[in-house]
Amino acid sequence: MDSDHLSAESFIFKNLNPAIYIVVAFLLVYPLFASNYFIFQIAAYSLILGTIALSLMMLAGYGGMVSLAQLSAAGLAGYLMAILGQNSSDVMGLGWPWWLAVIVAILSAALFSTLVGAIAVRTEGIYTIMITLAIAVAFFYFARQNYVLFNGFTGYAGILPPTLFGINWRDPIPFYYLSLFVASGFFGAVLYSSRSTFGLSLQAIRDNPRRMRALGYNTSMHRIAAFFFSGVIAGTAGVLLVWFNTRISPGSIGVDVVIDILVIAVVGGMRHPIGPFLGALAFVLLQNFAIDLIDRERFNTVIGTVFLLVVLFSPDGILGIWQALIRKLKLARQGNHSQSRQSVTGSSDATSTDSTQA
Amino acid sequence: MQQTSTPATPGIDALSRLQSAGRYALELEAVSRHFGALVALADINITLEAGERRAVLGSNGAGKTTLFNAITGDFLPTTGSVRLFGEDVTDLPSHERIRRGLRRTYQISLLFGGLSVIDNVYLACRGQRRGRYSLRRTKRDDSSMHLAETLIAAVFLEDVRHSLVAELSYGQQRQLEIALALAGAPRLILFDEPAAGLSPVERSGLVEILQALPKHIAYIIIEHDMDVALRVVESVTMMHNGRIFKEGTPEEIENDPEVQELYLGQGHGAD
Repeated sequence: MDSDHLSAESFIFKNLNPAIYIVVAFLLVYPLFASNYFIFQIAAYSLILGTIALSLMMLAGYGGMVSLAQLSAAGLAGYLMAILGQNSSDVMGLGWPWWLAVIVAILSAALFSTLVGAIAVRTEGIYTIMITLAIAVAFFYFARQNYVLFNGFTGYAGILPPTLFGINWRDPIPFYYLSLFVASGFFGAVLYSSRSTFGLSLQAIRDNPRRMRALGYNTSMHRIAAFFFSGVIAGTAGVLLVWFNTRISPGSIGVDVVIDILVIAVVGGMRHPIGPFLGALAFVLLQNFAIDLIDRERFNTVIGTVFLLVVLFSPDGILGIWQALIRKLKLARQGNHSQSRQSVTGSSDATSTDSTQA
Repeated sequence: MQQTSTPATPGIDALSRLQSAGRYALELEAVSRHFGALVALADINITLEAGERRAVLGSNGAGKTTLFNAITGDFLPTTGSVRLFGEDVTDLPSHERIRRGLRRTYQISLLFGGLSVIDNVYLACRGQRRGRYSLRRTKRDDSSMHLAETLIAAVFLEDVRHSLVAELSYGQQRQLEIALALAGAPRLILFDEPAAGLSPVERSGLVEILQALPKHIAYIIIEHDMDVALRVVESVTMMHNGRIFKEGTPEEIENDPEVQELYLGQGHGAD
């Protein structure tokens, strides 16, 4: 099997599957026919959760590091939007301009993620999961118990996106396009950089860190840099998430939500950046409509069952199921093609034999 | 370890270090490595001149691979010092030693199975250059890509350069190991059993590759196949139980009765 070639120009035009154009066109015209509920609660929310899960996919899929602290980075960015910008809780709310608050929030999330990385890169496998889970839990309890900065159990409310160019960016359609812009931007960036020197190095470190050291790479620094980039993604998604909810509290960064992000990434598939978005869409649809099938208190059972089934039958998630289907279709088509060729060759052979005999 | 320099002769010391930097690729001085009570290496002293090719032979457990690990920095020596091209690298991490011109191959291929052959060699070429953190895709006319293509041709893997490494045959993976070791201007290469598991045809291909290496590249080869090892080196170090047991030319080692009894077997060299 040939791998992708290293070429900047080929990325933009040549390697794009025609199906991608259809998906892009669908996403762009989606608000024209969907209801506000489906635009905002389903599509925009899926894009935000997908972006947070994308930051995990980048670390786990390309770098082999499963970090459960991605939601904490996103949560920190959300809290900083409330602390530095405006909120309606009468606590903090320093009133910084929205753009400055956004920049500081994202950079702080990236710095937080970098620190998590600096601690976590000393470990591997299950220990990375445990240490990042410990950090996520510590951050949750810290936010819940700290009233000076995080306003304790209550958290913050009334955190709204700005009204810019005369547009209220929390209206469903503008917010959908904003989320789509951010999600597709990071999707493209992760996909593009996966074939860059840094992206290839990260995948090679995942495959064999010892060999990478023997080639002159500082593997720890590479992994920490990956945590930094994933922090930028998670932080940006965190800003969108707090604008989506208009509030943030310790419950937004609790262990159950941390696990949700992991479930989204695993169910979607970690081998391609599209996986987290597929997982997020499946998760949000289940979260919204599972109560139509089962009692509201038990919808997590449905999500858990789906998670179990996907992992059991396709370790590569929904993406793996899709790829397996495509492979089978291709094989079936090849089989039909060779059969028809054989029958043509057979009939021509028969004709030639007949003519020889004649 | 004994202190050899005295405060009275700093200038002479500096001068001799400068001379040895040009002369010696590797100097091991009283290197030992202990794993608890187990002494894997004991008092190893080796000097390898620039461009010299040497075989390190010995039975399993003699400490050959541990010696390589001590040189590359995978394990720090318990005592003793390691100098590369005159510079003391005893306390430097692996990647810093690699940047000083040291390369190695592994007994069991350590490659990047999820990447293509060209990606593997490209990363090896990029390991000692700037831009390791670049987020831009590499263009075909990049100098590292050109170098990678040249190295792939040098180890006869042109036909499979876009194949995934996991799909290569064992022999091809060993060839790729050598290509990775040759990337980025190496001055000293450590080959750890490069012929292990190769067919006779692949072995002669390996000998061809080793003999075609530029003369300025020094190497040490660990190899159990004497027909390969003794054809590609100028000197041999025999190890036994973590210690140096004998040193000499390939002919001297091959004809040494003690070596024959301990390692080569009675039949070797009889004809």
